[in-house]
Amino acid sequence: MTVSQVSFGSHEPVLEVKNLTVKYIGDTRSTTAVDRVSFSIGTGEVFGLAGESGCGKSTIANSIMRLLKDPAKIAGGSISFGGKDVLAMSPEELRRFRWQDVAMVFQSAMNSLNPVLTIGEQIMDIFTTHAGYSRKESLRRAGELLELVRIDSARLKSYPHQLSGGMRQRAVIAMAVALKPSLLILDEPTTALDVVVQQEIMAQIKELQRELGFSVLFITHDMSLMVELSHRMAVMYGGRIVETAKAQDVYTNPRHPYTQALMSAFPPLTGPRVPLTGLPDGVKFRNIPDLTEAAPGHFVAPVSADNSAADTAIMEGAAR
Amino acid sequence: MTTAILKQPTQPTAVRKPNRSFVHGLITNKKALVGMIVMLVFIVLALLAPILFPGDPSRITAMASLEPSPEHWLGTTAKGQDVLALTVHGSRSSLFVGLTVGFASTFIGILVGLASAYFGKFIDEALSLVTNVFLLLPGLPLLVILAAFLPPGLGTVILVLIVTGWAGSARVLRSQALSIRSKDFVAAAVVSGERAGRIMFREILPNMASIVMGTLLACVIYGIGAQAGLEFLGLGDVSTVSWGNNLFWAGNEGALLTGSWWVFVPSGVCIALVAFALALINYAVDEVTNPRLRKIKAPKITERSAAK
Amino acid sequence: MRFILRRLGFYLIAFWASITLNFLLPRFMPGDPVSRMFARTQGKMQPEQIDALRKLLGVDDRPIWEQYIDYLHNIVTGNMGISISRFPTPVTEVISSQIGWTLLLGGTALVIAAVVGNLLGILAAWRRGGVIDSALPPVLVFIGSFPYFWLAMGALYLFGVVLGWFPIRHAFTDGLEPAFTWEFIGDVGAHLVLPALTIVLVSIGGWMLGMRNTMIATNSEDYITMAEAKGLRPGRIMLRYAARNAMLPSVTSFGMGLGFVVGGALLTEVVFAYPGVGYQLLNAVQGLDYPLMQGLFLTITAAVLLANFLVDILYVRLDPRVRSN
Repeated sequence: MTVSQVSFGSHEPVLEVKNLTVKYIGDTRSTTAVDRVSFSIGTGEVFGLAGESGCGKSTIANSIMRLLKDPAKIAGGSISFGGKDVLAMSPEELRRFRWQDVAMVFQSAMNSLNPVLTIGEQIMDIFTTHAGYSRKESLRRAGELLELVRIDSARLKSYPHQLSGGMRQRAVIAMAVALKPSLLILDEPTTALDVVVQQEIMAQIKELQRELGFSVLFITHDMSLMVELSHRMAVMYGGRIVETAKAQDVYTNPRHPYTQALMSAFPPLTGPRVPLTGLPDGVKFRNIPDLTEAAPGHFVAPVSADNSAADTAIMEGAAR
Repeated sequence: MTTAILKQPTQPTAVRKPNRSFVHGLITNKKALVGMIVMLVFIVLALLAPILFPGDPSRITAMASLEPSPEHWLGTTAKGQDVLALTVHGSRSSLFVGLTVGFASTFIGILVGLASAYFGKFIDEALSLVTNVFLLLPGLPLLVILAAFLPPGLGTVILVLIVTGWAGSARVLRSQALSIRSKDFVAAAVVSGERAGRIMFREILPNMASIVMGTLLACVIYGIGAQAGLEFLGLGDVSTVSWGNNLFWAGNEGALLTGSWWVFVPSGVCIALVAFALALINYAVDEVTNPRLRKIKAPKITERSAAK
Repeated sequence: MRFILRRLGFYLIAFWASITLNFLLPRFMPGDPVSRMFARTQGKMQPEQIDALRKLLGVDDRPIWEQYIDYLHNIVTGNMGISISRFPTPVTEVISSQIGWTLLLGGTALVIAAVVGNLLGILAAWRRGGVIDSALPPVLVFIGSFPYFWLAMGALYLFGVVLGWFPIRHAFTDGLEPAFTWEFIGDVGAHLVLPALTIVLVSIGGWMLGMRNTMIATNSEDYITMAEAKGLRPGRIMLRYAARNAMLPSVTSFGMGLGFVVGGALLTEVVFAYPGVGYQLLNAVQGLDYPLMQGLFLTITAAVLLANFLVDILYVRLDPRVRSN
């Protein structure tokens, strides 16, 4: 099952996730949200994770930073970051690991900012906690950070509700790069924003990535945005990865029927208009098998419909 | 007087009819079970009081200030009344007043809350203002001046307790009704031309069952506690036997200073047990409807796996 | 600012409502309590005093609106009539000589209960299922189920009469001259312990559970997850992120809780013969002293409203979202 994957940038992987399994444990029954997922991200690489809501994307992001809350539990697999075993870290190690090594931009900036502290205080506490700077020094750096994402440093004194949606998300991005982490997780960073602001934010992230050279785990259900930004990507369905390859390859030649459906569910940003289609009604995949290499660097989970070998993947209702 | 049970309105689960799992959850909840058993015992005692202790419980039957003994399980008062008889009979008035006040206040609260939420605008503004004024006026001094100017009697006590008790339930029920008012099925009912009364009582009210229940319990607790407080000040109907009056007489006859603890302990413990039992049921209602408060971490599946 | 002005307007309406209630009660209630009261004071009063009191309590031939204007004017200028039970001291004077003790007792108990209760709530929510979370709430709810005055009786009996650890009545030892000496302050402190302890015990459970439940709700907010992701120290997340936000509803419910605590404090005073307004209220009830009862009601109401207004100002300081719109 171990898949040797092509990395961009350096071949040294920053993050390696192997056979990660996350379960939601209930009184009566448990649900597997992430099922034996493996991938790695190289230095300076942008890795995309696509899939519909509830497919387990965000759970993976939270697992990497060990932010899962009860009843979610990591039930198996390993996560290693720069050679360190993330799952074995002590609380104090974990606290230092967070934000210094891996930072994260959450879905909704409004909800991820503390409503009763100013933007400045919320940036400053990153510096005072991790870098041990004085308050004055932290304040100066916080101002610089805001300027970096093109927000007037006078806004340090503003409260979250006083900023526009785009500004808030930029402030969160500024916070995320404050300690120059080697990996940035973007969990649907633009879902709550309108299209124009979305473009601004993405441009901002690209620019910062060029400047600071961090790796990115980019999570979205927006395929066109993903293909535009990512070097490599994986498509998830029902807690499993069904296809992974270079973003361009997935875009031009999606092999798994789910990927194909996902691709045609979004209009391309440029080019001629195409009719939108999705997965036909009632189509569900079950017992998705492990990935096999369909073309060099292009891994797909086999589907029984186009795979003669008897196999557990079933396309229900596809005949309809 | 009583503990202020300040409740956050729980988010209504998007059910249209109160589901059976609520009742089931309540019956299987340990807190609710203990609470209901204690309440049942007290109700049975109250009903059987005339059979268990026939005759007027406040008549003098023995020597004054006797310690608990086989003849008088809880001893006697400074007048020579049997404390056990007084306590058992006292439950009748206390439970009666508590339940009456509880039901009446909750009923007013439902009317005000539903009207506020359904009609909105001016009616809501006006009703909310009145509710908030009543909530803010300190309860006990208000009770005292009302009770002092009204002719003494059980009716006065009940009336005064309702006047001071309805506002709390109105406020909680209003905010809950408001959040249900904004649901689509209510909008649909309005558009389809259902009458106001029908929408309020058939569409909105059934979805508030658990919060109405919680409010009712809190109001009964308030009623029992406030009645006792009022009576302790001598503003109740001194001729009735109730837990509050028992305590009033205990205080008046100096039971504390003479060391006759058995005179004031039973009635106080009874009030506390009833209030505690009701509070237990109340917390159980909260736990059943708001899984986040449950002790056993329940599965709250935010990310559903399709691979099952 | 608009928020503050709106609240101020609301409190003024509430106060006006309580004055009006005071005005209406003796005039429209069945029965004639006022003449019962006068029967008791036969011979003690000057004719003009009787006349003034009659007017205050509505035994008056003038048209009702004229009486109402007159009444409002009297209250606003601080004229609440003459106390019957402490004849011939004016009601205002009786109250002002007592209210300090109530503020001392109620204030001390309220602050201790609110601070300790909220801290316990924060800790309970932070360590779900820990000792504080599982053991304390049932105990506190049970204690909170007792009537204030009964717990006061129990404390008085146990610690005062049986064990003799604390004085059992009044605010200071009889014969001691009130002065700013250590002896007097210590004496007042000793007299304060039992009544304050009773109020704290009964009210602390409500604070703790309220805070615990809002903290639990707050803990699932995204900004808490973000704060954890930021690698902040747990203490900081708990206080500056979780508790700081969970405090807001707690502050709002403070106002409503206040009315209950005041009521409890009044009854506690009665048990300990503590010379505050609560004890005075009992005297007024027993002595059919209607002017004093009404005066006490108005004064306590005004105090509660004022406290609420101060809480509102605090709320504005705590929640930036209210400040800006």
